[in-house]
Amino acid sequence: MSSMAVEVRPPLWRRLVGFNLLTGIVLGIVGWYAGWYLAHAIHAASLDYFADIDYNELSIVLAYIFGVIGFLIGLGFLNYPLARLRGYPPSLREKETGGIGRYFGLCTDHKVVGIQYLIGIGLFIFIGGLNAMLIRTELLRPDHQVWPAGTYLTLVGIHGTMMMGMMTSGILGPFGNYLIPLLIGARRMAFPRIEALTFWMLMAAGVILETTIFFGGFPTGWTGYAPLNIQANAGMDCYILFFALVGISMCLLGLNMIVTIVTMRAPGLTWTRLPIFVWGVISTSALMVLSAPVLIATLLMALLDRTAQTNFFVNAQGGSSFLYENLFWFFGHPEVYILALPGFGIVLELLPVFARKPLWGYRLAVAGMLGVGLLSFFVWQHHLFVSGINGDVRPFYIFSTELISIPTGFTFLCGMMTLWRGRIRYTVPMLFALSWFFNFLIGGLTGVFLSDAPSDVTTHGSFFSMAHFHYTIMGGLVFAFFGGIYYWVPKMTGFQLNERLGKIHFWTMFIFFNLTFFPLFIAGFLGQPRRVVTYPHNLQFLNDWVSVSAFLLGASMLLFIYNFVKSLLFDRVPAPANPWGSKSIEWQLPSPVPVHNFDRIPVFSGDPYGYGEGPAPAAAPAGAPAGRD
Amino acid sequence: MSTPPREQAGGRTVHATRVLIAWIVMSVIATPIVYFVLGPVLPPGKSTVQGAGQVFDNTVLVAFVTPIVCLLAVFFVYSLTQFRAAPSTELVDGPPLRNDSTVQTTWVAVTSVAVLFLAGFGTYELLKDGSGGGQGPAPIAKVSGNNFQVQVIAQQWEFTYRYPSLGGLETSQLVLPADTNIELHVTSLDATHSFWALQLGVKADANPGVDNVAYVQTKGARSFDIHCAELCGLWHGYMFDTGEIVPASQFAAWVKQQQQVFASVAKYMPKYSTVYFPDPQRRAG
Repeated sequence: MSSMAVEVRPPLWRRLVGFNLLTGIVLGIVGWYAGWYLAHAIHAASLDYFADIDYNELSIVLAYIFGVIGFLIGLGFLNYPLARLRGYPPSLREKETGGIGRYFGLCTDHKVVGIQYLIGIGLFIFIGGLNAMLIRTELLRPDHQVWPAGTYLTLVGIHGTMMMGMMTSGILGPFGNYLIPLLIGARRMAFPRIEALTFWMLMAAGVILETTIFFGGFPTGWTGYAPLNIQANAGMDCYILFFALVGISMCLLGLNMIVTIVTMRAPGLTWTRLPIFVWGVISTSALMVLSAPVLIATLLMALLDRTAQTNFFVNAQGGSSFLYENLFWFFGHPEVYILALPGFGIVLELLPVFARKPLWGYRLAVAGMLGVGLLSFFVWQHHLFVSGINGDVRPFYIFSTELISIPTGFTFLCGMMTLWRGRIRYTVPMLFALSWFFNFLIGGLTGVFLSDAPSDVTTHGSFFSMAHFHYTIMGGLVFAFFGGIYYWVPKMTGFQLNERLGKIHFWTMFIFFNLTFFPLFIAGFLGQPRRVVTYPHNLQFLNDWVSVSAFLLGASMLLFIYNFVKSLLFDRVPAPANPWGSKSIEWQLPSPVPVHNFDRIPVFSGDPYGYGEGPAPAAAPAGAPAGRD
Repeated sequence: MSTPPREQAGGRTVHATRVLIAWIVMSVIATPIVYFVLGPVLPPGKSTVQGAGQVFDNTVLVAFVTPIVCLLAVFFVYSLTQFRAAPSTELVDGPPLRNDSTVQTTWVAVTSVAVLFLAGFGTYELLKDGSGGGQGPAPIAKVSGNNFQVQVIAQQWEFTYRYPSLGGLETSQLVLPADTNIELHVTSLDATHSFWALQLGVKADANPGVDNVAYVQTKGARSFDIHCAELCGLWHGYMFDTGEIVPASQFAAWVKQQQQVFASVAKYMPKYSTVYFPDPQRRAG
């Protein structure tokens, strides 16, 4: 087969012309200028194209909107709808065979999209991490300015926004897309083109956010509060467009996941036999679908406030800045559980494999995730305890916020009882899964201080809350994310990651993560507000300690990249089909997984956790393709 | 054999009993230490009634989470050392325990009670004296009595203060009388700011067009730090200040001095109001 592919392979120039990333970038730039000039035609009065950036918001907005449309057309997202209009028959697959070129364009193979997500999101998270290093460089000295104040705020804003935007899809993108069809015994996602669309929109969004530096950056941080966002200069539009695109992307991603899981499960895969990771994905997807539209609408209103002089968020003109805060956090709090729940799913998925025991309390674990998801829509005003909004409802939000610790406790109980009397193997993925409990415990318990209105008075808006959400998001999600990488990348690529380097990476990351963020609780208690470019002199030792630890934490990430590149590009040690001895279905397939996943659709007879329950794997798919290597 | 020796002799109760005893012992030792040693150094300090209330609140919360930390610590240290797989290439499965309704029920009951306690305690502490937080224009947790009103006006990037009972005197420094019930009215002229007086235990967002009320009952004389705690644009980091609580006699002298200093500009001051709408408002677009 491979020799045939070589014969029909067209010359290089022919392969570069066509609907791919290169065309996308070219059409994206063309679209950008088209939008720019269109906006100036609308603003006919001001034809000084380059001097009026600060005053003509419309040109920036239209340029980027047209740019994204051009980019997507260049990637070929219009081809199929147009072909259907011209009478071509429906087709579910596009560009699923071929070499490395599949990864640089619209591909409907969920496995390709998963790997695209892993690399693409990884790049942007790396940029977000570099921003964090620059932030910590500034905070080495209380009063010495490494960066001008505006640059510093832009760094803070890009770091927060990039991480929040990209990590929403950080697990559902790579692992959700790659694994969900495999775990439910399907050959594809329900909407393969939408699946590809979500990825490329996210990439366009990431580039847009980075280009904010050409337009003066933005001063609002990731929350983008009004009326500061209306006052801010043109770089703010990049924030708005980035988050709106992320919102559209995550809404579609969640919808695709839900439809796939509900409609495409293989025979015998009842709801109680689903791997727990799939439940994590469902609950996350539900939050994405329900909360992202609120974000998109909010940002549209902010955009109109900036471009069309509407006054949704202007107190003096009949609007309300509280409206923005309410709408933003109505999205924003489910958002932080969008970041947490996939971590729950991965951790509970890994523990049974490495403790060699069934997942304890399956239904309780599912109830925990769904409960967290449901409650997360009823807690948003705990971000507004001291905001000056009518305070009568604070007791309710204290209660509802603390209520979330009950379903979160389910996850802890199920994880702990799965370890109980197990046969624990300390592989790299397991170390990351176990460290999740440590980090998330600290993140969760410090959350108690923020959910309790009296103590929130001191901790709100300080480094305490910043340390708290880094413990839950980085300590929870990112540790689970790395656990997932070490666990599933051998399946995705067919190559092993170096175990020894992986362990060094884990220990350095775990230690320096805690050395970085734990002192920040103290800094917050001692009175350091968030997002400040300067701070009291007596906090310098703490801040220096944190900065040095943060640099070492960054170095541990470089170690991971070294391991990743070395193992996958240079060492290339083939991974066995089932290196972890898992009973889950994806490990019964060859590594990497063939294009069509299954020769025959499998039939499920149990959940994938039948450890210690007889020699036959309880979840053995009857039709698993045993004949392929 | 890969099975630990204890495992064979009715493992479950032996392990569970040990973890339980270790947890109880550790909690009984650790919780009072945390309460009595860590508690007093917790912020924001006892220089106001609200600040002292928050210190008590923080102390109770820290003491409350200590047994939880102990449980997890004991559990994980015990499990991760006792339940290690033997170093062999062969995979050995653990016992197929899938559920235990007693454990589940106990866990759900205990966490529910804990949550109810936390919510009830937090609400009680909040409604007692407002805890120094901004409560909006119509506060529910009021401090009754003869309150001394002080207005905090935030703008990019400084705070100014007005005293409506002193003829709308406006100053650039916050000075408060000792042993007084203060009623802070926090508002903003432009973006959203947050008035954070760390040692007073006060934090209230300043929104344009909104009168955000916070109560604080001062005790003895001292100075305190003021920060802006809500990102408000370019010089947010430099929006800090120091305030003073002074005895009543000293306060009266300070007022007199300020009135003299600002006498020449007093007639240009806008009339005292709970909110201000400066004109023009800078807009992008």
